[in-house]
Amino acid sequence: MEINDVILKTVAKAVVLIIFTFGIYLLLSGHNEPGGGFIGGLVLASAFVLMFLSYDSETVSDAIPIDFNKLSAFGVLLALSSAIIPMFFGQAFLNQSFGYFDLPIYGKTELATVTIFEVGIALTVIGVVVNIILSISEDE
Amino acid sequence: MHFLILAILIPFLAAACIPFIHRRIGLINIGWLVLAVPLALFIVFVFQIPVISSGDTISASIEWIPSLGINFSIFADGLSLILALLITGMGTLVILYSIYYLSPRDSLPHFYAYLLLFMGAMLGVVLTDNLLVLYVFWELTSISSFLLIAFWYHRKNSRVGAQKSLLITVFGGFGMLAGFLMLHSMTGSYSIREIISVIGQYTDHSLYYPALFLVLLGAFTKSAQFPFHIWLPDAMEAPTPVSAYLHSATMVKAGIYLVARFTPIFGGTASWFWTVTLVGLVTLFWGAFCAVRQTDLKALLAYSTVSQLGLIMSLFGMGSAALHFGAEPEGAIYGLATFAALFHLVNHSTFKGALFMVVGIIDHQVGTRDIRRLGGLIAFLPVTLTFAVIGSFSMAGLPLFNGFLSKEMFFTASINAAGLPLFSAVSWGWIIPVVAWTASVLTFAYSMILVFQTFFGNYHPKKLDKKPKEAPLGMLISPAILSILIIGIFFAPNLLGDHLLKPAMATLLPGVVGAAPHISAWHGINTELLMTLGVFAVGAVLYAFLRQWKKIYGILPENWAFNVLYTNFLSGLERKSSQITSSYMTGHLPHYFTYIFMFFIIAAGGSLLLSGGLTFDFANDAPLPAYEVLLAIVMMIAAVAILFAKSRLTAILLNGVLGYSIAIFFVLFRAPDLALTQLVIETVTTALFLLSFYHLPEWQKEKSSKKTKIRNAVIAISGGLTITLIALSVNGTRLFDSISSYYENSYELTGGKNIVNAILGDFRAFDTLLESLVLFIAGLGVYTLIRLKGGKETRKNGDQ
Repeated sequence: MEINDVILKTVAKAVVLIIFTFGIYLLLSGHNEPGGGFIGGLVLASAFVLMFLSYDSETVSDAIPIDFNKLSAFGVLLALSSAIIPMFFGQAFLNQSFGYFDLPIYGKTELATVTIFEVGIALTVIGVVVNIILSISEDE
Repeated sequence: MHFLILAILIPFLAAACIPFIHRRIGLINIGWLVLAVPLALFIVFVFQIPVISSGDTISASIEWIPSLGINFSIFADGLSLILALLITGMGTLVILYSIYYLSPRDSLPHFYAYLLLFMGAMLGVVLTDNLLVLYVFWELTSISSFLLIAFWYHRKNSRVGAQKSLLITVFGGFGMLAGFLMLHSMTGSYSIREIISVIGQYTDHSLYYPALFLVLLGAFTKSAQFPFHIWLPDAMEAPTPVSAYLHSATMVKAGIYLVARFTPIFGGTASWFWTVTLVGLVTLFWGAFCAVRQTDLKALLAYSTVSQLGLIMSLFGMGSAALHFGAEPEGAIYGLATFAALFHLVNHSTFKGALFMVVGIIDHQVGTRDIRRLGGLIAFLPVTLTFAVIGSFSMAGLPLFNGFLSKEMFFTASINAAGLPLFSAVSWGWIIPVVAWTASVLTFAYSMILVFQTFFGNYHPKKLDKKPKEAPLGMLISPAILSILIIGIFFAPNLLGDHLLKPAMATLLPGVVGAAPHISAWHGINTELLMTLGVFAVGAVLYAFLRQWKKIYGILPENWAFNVLYTNFLSGLERKSSQITSSYMTGHLPHYFTYIFMFFIIAAGGSLLLSGGLTFDFANDAPLPAYEVLLAIVMMIAAVAILFAKSRLTAILLNGVLGYSIAIFFVLFRAPDLALTQLVIETVTTALFLLSFYHLPEWQKEKSSKKTKIRNAVIAISGGLTITLIALSVNGTRLFDSISSYYENSYELTGGKNIVNAILGDFRAFDTLLESLVLFIAGLGVYTLIRLKGGKETRKNGDQ
């Protein structure tokens, strides 16, 4: 895709950063607030798509050398391993645990293994969505 | 975690590590590292021999899916240990051999990863007590076998052979799974030991015999029993170490293991006795008969493996009769067959493993396995000749080699079975020793072909591509160890018998006393000895006049019935299914929507009407604010306007209006998660539309007949009506109990305040996990379809 648009590029630079932050916020806050792995992943994917739309795909691929096929495979593996690992501690498949910890800056914080599972889902979603859109856009 | 569970997992973990290690070590052959895995496991299992031989068993269990009664439970008795020792012991020898056999150009990480995958799966099959765990590992062995047969996948024959083996063994595996489920529905348990203890009450159950035959189907396909044996000769396209390991020593023994393991469940019935014995005997004879005519040494060994597997199978069939007698003295007489089966199982692995390695050496050092081109190799490969002689003579049943001992026992067992006072064996039992003897004669003949036509006779240098020379030392170690075992077992058979075979007998034939005899080579002059001498004499004559009588093979059609049946069935299946598929997959989107909506209307609307759920209750409805009405009107206008849109862009934008309005409704109804998802999905979809814009054809008005238009209108209206009716009656109808109480303690259970995510990530995380897997597969599908669509021609050129 050859789009040469200065305004779009400048805006995209700022907006992408905001979307990324928002996406990661959604991903991590999903435990207690609206959000979660699927939505977070979709928002992050849309940030990538915006980048690919405003710049041509080669520039972006050079700047962010991510193989999105591998990313989605890694996401599935991460989600799967978060499901399997509890079995090694005598718990059921997919059993998630959580606990409360005192962290330096955040104070009393809840940490839950379900976040690892959500990250896995998010990575899968990012990988698949970006991959599909890239494949179609690069298809001649 | 129990060490036996670890023993199953270690090969899998090692296989997963190979790709990462491979790049690091570079120059060193990765086989040396892999070798440590089976060797260590073998030593672990050797240390279990004292425990097992004292009559104990080892068991452990961890919960897997406790709600379904599926536990990862481990149970090791004599039978398991024999096979575990074979798997790890042969695994060690085969990996050592393959380090020298494979060329560095082959993809070694793949090879060893598949081999370790197989090893773990096979250990899982023989060490588990849970039927479903067994099934999972069983299919894993089929898959790893498929990968290994197709290791040289640029060859067409390899791919065909791999496909054939997979189709046949998985077909049998499905049957076996159905059998397992029947056993579960009878007894309520997946544990083999529990089923054994209660099966006595269920022998009259209507599922008992179906389960019996389905389990046998799995066993027969896996162990290449007639008529499913056709996959094994084609599996010989695999590298020779694989043939030695999977397709003679271990994987094909899985079916035999299954029959042995299930003998206490189904044994003692006439169906089991006759099916297993007769199928075994037919396989024994047919395999031996086909082996004689082969000109490829590996094909000869393949048919000989089929034949020997039949021999072991038939022995397990005969031995099952002992269960009918229990502790009575007859039990010991017929139980001898089971003992002989176990004994021959071990012996076959030793001599057949050695022979496969010998053939591999010939192939590797001479460049061909064709008997017609070989001859006189004694001058070049003297050490290999020694191993070939030891292996073949053991297979032929000559004394000084372990095959003699188990062959003698086989004759004893077959004579005993002929006199069985049960299952109308009095009138038909004579078949057993006759077939046993005939097949043994043929076995003797092909064993001689293997040795004498390869190593003796005239040397034909013109027919060979390279000058043969003796194999490197590393390649000779493994067959040497096996050869020593062959002779060692002959001189000290009771070491094996007392420590491994006897404890196995106790679990195979519970309640039968004294069926494990003291093995001795000399029994005095009796019928068995005369039969053996007859085998040698007639076999030698057959070999001498091979050229004269071989003509009878010409009478039989070249490619015999079952292979033709298989190919025709496969191609017919392909033709029919492509016919059916192309009849409705028209490539026309409106057709697909017609199917989807029709199905939805019939399934959802129909069940709504039939279940009497069509009741309305507007009493408790909330008041309708003006902005909701307004939004609904906007949506209606947008929807109707799409129908009259003049350009594609307008249609896309109007569709977007619909999507964003739905998101606003979600906000109004306080579903922020859904609103967010809907918004982002709309955005991404719009981007996707923009991208596909170039590829889409010219926008044109649909010109369809009036009839089609009316039909589409009817479908559209009834679709909308169905949705509306369902939405309206949701509030007024309660067909099922509410499930909301299930999530009541969500905060205490998951620690999360967002119940939507608590459901997605915790309560119903299995759904989410599988959905992400589906998404991943769909993504891969899109990627491959688009990126690799030009790949067809390159693939054709790569074919050999």
